Formats: sequence, C-alpha cells, structure tokens
Amino acid sequence: MTGTDEVGERIAALHADGWSRIVATMIRFTGGDWDLAEECAQEAFAQALVRWPTSGLPDQPLAWLTTTARNRAVDRIRRAAREAAKLREVAALDPEPVPYRSDGEIPDERLELMFTCCHPALALDAQVALTLRSLAGLTTAEIARAFLVPERTMGQRLFRAKQKVAHAAVPFRVPPAHLLPERLGAVLHVLYLLFNQGYGQAGDDGRARLSTEAVRLARVLTALMPDEPEAQGLLALMLLHDARRATRTDADGELVTLADQDRTRWDRDAVAEGAALCERALRRRRAGPFQLQAAIAACHATAPSVAETDWPQIVGLYTELARLAPGPVVELNRAVAIGEADGPAVALPLVEALAAGGRLDGYHLLHATRADLLRRAGRPQEAAASYRAALDLAPTEAEGRFLRRRLTALLP
Amino acid sequence: MKYLMLVCTDPDVTPGQDDGAPDVEDWVAETDGKGIRLMGNRTRPASDATTVRVRDRQVLLTDGPYAETKDLIAGFDILDCADLDEAIEVASRHPMAWAGAIELRPFWPDGED
Repeated sequence: MTGTDEVGERIAALHADGWSRIVATMIRFTGGDWDLAEECAQEAFAQALVRWPTSGLPDQPLAWLTTTARNRAVDRIRRAAREAAKLREVAALDPEPVPYRSDGEIPDERLELMFTCCHPALALDAQVALTLRSLAGLTTAEIARAFLVPERTMGQRLFRAKQKVAHAAVPFRVPPAHLLPERLGAVLHVLYLLFNQGYGQAGDDGRARLSTEAVRLARVLTALMPDEPEAQGLLALMLLHDARRATRTDADGELVTLADQDRTRWDRDAVAEGAALCERALRRRRAGPFQLQAAIAACHATAPSVAETDWPQIVGLYTELARLAPGPVVELNRAVAIGEADGPAVALPLVEALAAGGRLDGYHLLHATRADLLRRAGRPQEAAASYRAALDLAPTEAEGRFLRRRLTALLP
Repeated sequence: MKYLMLVCTDPDVTPGQDDGAPDVEDWVAETDGKGIRLMGNRTRPASDATTVRVRDRQVLLTDGPYAETKDLIAGFDILDCADLDEAIEVASRHPMAWAGAIELRPFWPDGED
C-alpha cells in the first residue's frame, strides 16, 4: 500500500504548488466566479484522491486537474442555466473546451490573482483572507483558526470580499506600470503580514503554517516578477528570519534573544540563499525598505556572534531605512544598533528623545530598550523602572516572562 | 461597469492655495470627451434638501438631509468605466478628491436581483 501513500503525498504536493494555478485559471474561465472556481478546483483534487491510487498518476497531473475542474464548471454552469432557462449563458459557453494536454499549457495567472486579492479597495483583513484562501489554498476553517476568529466570521469576511471583487469590478490583472509600485507594495505588505503572523507564534503549527505559505507565495512572486528587487528583498528577509526560527525559543517555549541564540543551529542553507538574494537585489540600485531590512537581517545571520557583528554597517542600513521609510520604530532599532556600535551613552539620548516624542508610549520594546541601555550604562535603579514599564506592556506571556527574568537578574 | 460617484466635502480639510488640485472644468471636459461621464451635477446644500419617508401610508417630510451629518454631498456623477481601477483613476483626478472625498458605488446591474 506504499503506492497509495505515495500518491497521497504527490497530491498534497500538487495541491501546495498547483492550487493557485488552477484557481486562477478557473476564475478567468468562469468569468470571475470565485466561489465556483474554488469549488471546482476542490472537486478536481477530490477526484484525484479517489482515482489516482488505482489508475496511477497521469503524465500531466496539473493539466488533468485543471481540465477536470473546467469540465466540472461547464457542467455546473449548464445545469444552473437550464434550471434558470438562461439560454444566453449556455450559448456563450464553449461547448466542449479542449482538454489541456500538458501542464505547461495551463496559463499562469497567479500574478493576476495576487494583485486582485491584495487590491487596496479591499480592507486589509479581507486581502489577507482572500490570499490565504485563493492563493495558499487554506480552508476557511484553517484561516479562521490562524486568526483566532470564529469560522463563521471568516466565512462572511471571505464572502463579502469576493462579492466586492465581483460587484465593484475589481480587475483581474497585473496593474499597468504607473500603478505597479503602489500595488506591488500592497502585495508585499500582505505577504509580510502573513509571515509575521506565523513567525511570532512558536509552537503553534496552525499559525506557523502562515509563515510557510508566505515564503512559498513570495517565491512564486519573485519567480513571476524577477525584475522587482523589493519582491526579492522580501523573500530574502523572510528566509533570513526563518533560518533562526528553531532557536528563537528554548525547550520550555521561553524567548531567546539574538545574543543568546545557538548560532550553530541556524539554517545555513536558508541564510545563504537569503543573503545571496538580498545582495542580488541590492545590486539593481533600487533599494527599498524590504531590501534594507533583509540586508540588516543578513548582517546578523552571517555574524559569528553579537560581538563580531558589523554594527556600524547595521547603523548605516538603519539610517538609510529611516530615510526611505521613516518612523519611530525604525529610529528605535537604529538606536539599538548605535548602542552596540558606539556604546549605551551615545544611544541613550536618542531613545530618550524618542520617548519624549510620545509616539511609542505603548510599545514595550521602547521601554525594554531603554532599560537595557541603562543597565549597560550602570544605572540599575532606572533600568529596573523601565523594565517594569515594559513588563506592563508586554503583548505575550513569553515576552513578559523574559522581561521578568531580566528584572530579577538586575536586582538580585 | 457603471458607478455612482458621490462627491463629498470634508469639513476638516482646507485646501491649500496652490496644492496642485486639478480644475473641475478640465475634469468634466476630459471625462465627457472620453464617454466616461454619463451625467452629473452639483447639488444644493443640505439646508435646501428635503427628505421623504412614507410610514403608515403617510408621506412624512423632513427639512434637511437623510443622514444627520454636516453638509456632505456636494454633487454626483455617473461614470461608465472598464473596471474599478479606471473609476479610481477618474475619481482621483476630480478636485474634490483632493479637498474632500469621493465615494464610488457600483450600479446594481440590469436584470439581476
């Protein structure tokens, strides 16, 4: 029965890589009926699960699946049209669509699908949900679990999003050049958000999957848009973060900071790939926020230790990032790097100025950073006060426990 | 696809003297010329509005706008565009998108319920 297991694995792999291809093709084929497109794609996979274990895998499995999905759609549209006596629609349908003979024959419209899912006329949570359903092939239940909302809520969100796409005529296409920078930015934003949703949640498989899917989609995006350095930058950034995933928490689920992570356990292949991608992207001389963040991550990931990290280089990258994408969080990170490069005495005034600005009042890392710098500057009482402020604002249990450990170490 | 373009004012925005906002006459000429703008007009302020309701077969009139807001709707246009991106582009070239806001509402297509 190993044959059956093998077929099951092949189908799972085809689902991961082929789902969005088939759905995109079906959205075009059905004239924009997203629900029908997804249902028919799902039915095609279900049929494969039933038939392939006995018939064996077809030579061109993606072509088989797409043809099956398309035939199913034709049946469904014909039946619905007969019931409604809508003869016009039946007449408009291609009577017998020619089956796809090879996988290469299937049009690749995943890029169109990405831009439609991430259209800025849709709310961000709708963009995220549509991306996960249509591009990553997650079920409504899986998406609902990942975002901790009831399945019904997620179902409605998806329903409304698809309705708006259809009703408001959100186009299914790659935007023209003058819209591309902004729209590509929206796609990258959604993918990065997905990645972070999964990344912050160690040990939660449902959410960790979001990171995996985000990386997969970023790979598709860079393959389809090889001339967009920011897309490469995003993929590089994800790979470099992901390389450290296993070391970010210890066996008890406690947070481990960059300084204490076991660097021998970082995924070397992912680091190498991410660093190379980042370098290739930056060579195009169109640096953007994702490329710069990837470059910073590469500095960390390729350093043998915190002490041997090229901090001046990181400061330079943060300075450039603050110019391109200004914001208090970037300034805070820049201050952290300056603290490492030039010492806490240089960095503290920068952090104090940020604190005085008030925009990061509710951000635990502002207080944690200040605490850290004060501790290193030999001012334990003030450091303790800042650790307490950070503790009050810590967004997760693990971060709270981490800060408490720091506080205890400070005041034995 | 036809869209109702509601032209709305924003009391919180005071347009700068020279903010580069386009001229409405140019906008009308261009969109009319391309066959995008099917019709449109400015509307009188909310103080001139009358709201009509029928309840228990009685016609009830209110002096003023339906929504209890500040004077919001300043006019409307009906656009015929290929898709939402074209409608967004047309709307973004209207001066009131700079000084207020524009709401795009797709029409309910004929023959659908």
